[in-house]
Amino acid sequence: MLLIHCPHCREDREEEEFSYNGEAHIVRPLDPESLSDEAWGDYLFFRKNPRGVHREMWYHAVGCRRYFYAARNTLSYEILHTYCVGEKPQIDAANEGAGA
Amino acid sequence: MKKYSGFSLFSNALSYHENWQKIWRSPKPKREYDVIVVGGGGHGLATAYYLAKVHGITNVAVVEKGYLGGGNTARNTTIIRSNYLWDEAAQLYELALKLWEGLSQELNYNVMFSQRGVLNLGHNLQDMRDIERRVNANRLNGIDGEVVTPARIKEIAPLINISPDCRYPIIGASWQPRGGTARHDAVAWGYARGADALGVDMIQQTEVTGIRRENGTVVGVETTEGFIGARKVACVTAGNSGVVAAMAGLRLPVESRPLQALVSEPVKPCLDTVVMSNAVHGYVSQSDKGDLVIGAGVDGYNGYGQRGSFHVIEHTLQAICELFPAFSRVRMNRQWGGVVDTCPDACPIISKTSVGGLYFNCGWGTGGFKATPGSGYVFADTVANDRPHPLAAPFDVDRFNTGALIDEHGAAGVAH
Repeated sequence: MLLIHCPHCREDREEEEFSYNGEAHIVRPLDPESLSDEAWGDYLFFRKNPRGVHREMWYHAVGCRRYFYAARNTLSYEILHTYCVGEKPQIDAANEGAGA
Repeated sequence: MKKYSGFSLFSNALSYHENWQKIWRSPKPKREYDVIVVGGGGHGLATAYYLAKVHGITNVAVVEKGYLGGGNTARNTTIIRSNYLWDEAAQLYELALKLWEGLSQELNYNVMFSQRGVLNLGHNLQDMRDIERRVNANRLNGIDGEVVTPARIKEIAPLINISPDCRYPIIGASWQPRGGTARHDAVAWGYARGADALGVDMIQQTEVTGIRRENGTVVGVETTEGFIGARKVACVTAGNSGVVAAMAGLRLPVESRPLQALVSEPVKPCLDTVVMSNAVHGYVSQSDKGDLVIGAGVDGYNGYGQRGSFHVIEHTLQAICELFPAFSRVRMNRQWGGVVDTCPDACPIISKTSVGGLYFNCGWGTGGFKATPGSGYVFADTVANDRPHPLAAPFDVDRFNTGALIDEHGAAGVAH
């Protein structure tokens, strides 16, 4: 059972209150019509799936019902930190190789 | 390889079973192989076996970071069925089921394949519509199946609760009599022994750390024991497929999730079939040893930890206790998790790649065990001939760019 800190509620809550929305920071193409099949398939289906730190989106389904981001290690399941949409993450990408 | 037989059992009994031969060698890796199979699970070993047996390619190594059959092959719930909705998937799983039917003889190794039948329960009107559609599709594809009533379900599995008063009453099921279970470890060991006898090298405790390429073509793999050359590299690494693909600069549309299972203490025979329920999310069978083998769902998030969340198990056991009230007092013995590589359309990837001589067989997600023989068979053919086997062609990784997905989510009686 993960204990997840909701940055909106500012509380550690149990995993069952949340739902998982996959990899974070995927930008929807501004002009989908102009994309090649490769680029569109890449946007829809191809994910980083790292063995190590993963930036992902969570939804506090039975709490504040708001989305937020988390940086979580997919091997140890440690949640390094969570942050609101629009916030700058505290950990920069350079430090995320550890544990991979 | 000495053949196993009643006579060999008798003669070895006379020497207190101390003189059985090792069932595979543990050779030092050669400098170069025709094919290196990365991953020594059931699918990888089956691939190596059929490469040697069907295609005569015997200069093959299986490189495994742990021990043979120690990953998901040892962690699944051993259920076998082929009642998939779509033609492409149905044909692939049916090929596997047909191979299962002769596998113990083929390998001279008892894989304990038991065609005890598989029930997929329906709990509401939409479940039953889906079940009827799937059973009809199966029969058109020559796959056995029938829609059964609660009374018939009760005959097949007498301990089941068909009361209309429960939270999710059972109102019918699909029944595939040719489905069943097999001994998961024996499948890995049988294929390893068969492949070894044909000259395939089993390289255990050796982790592949890189895939060396020259001019866009594979030349070998870097391992913890040094470089091993190869003309072709076939990757069958389940949950770690994305990690291996990244070694060759490739991406795969798979996400790795922990999937859990658990077994109870051994009890007397009480369930001689496999019962699965998609809607309440649980599946159960009884092993020959007597334990109830129970499959839970995948965790909601990506993970490589080979363990899962407790509430997922709790959820599954609620379902099992409702289906089988008699099981509510059975104690659970062990619980574990495996890392499965799930694909967006719940179908596998059996594919060439943009790197010459590099092939992937992955994305089997939560249901790969049942396909082990068929998967190895078509993948060996794909690798040997450098073109997709006709049954593997629809499972090319390109389908995620062309849009020709094979959407088996929910449609296949998949329990998760």
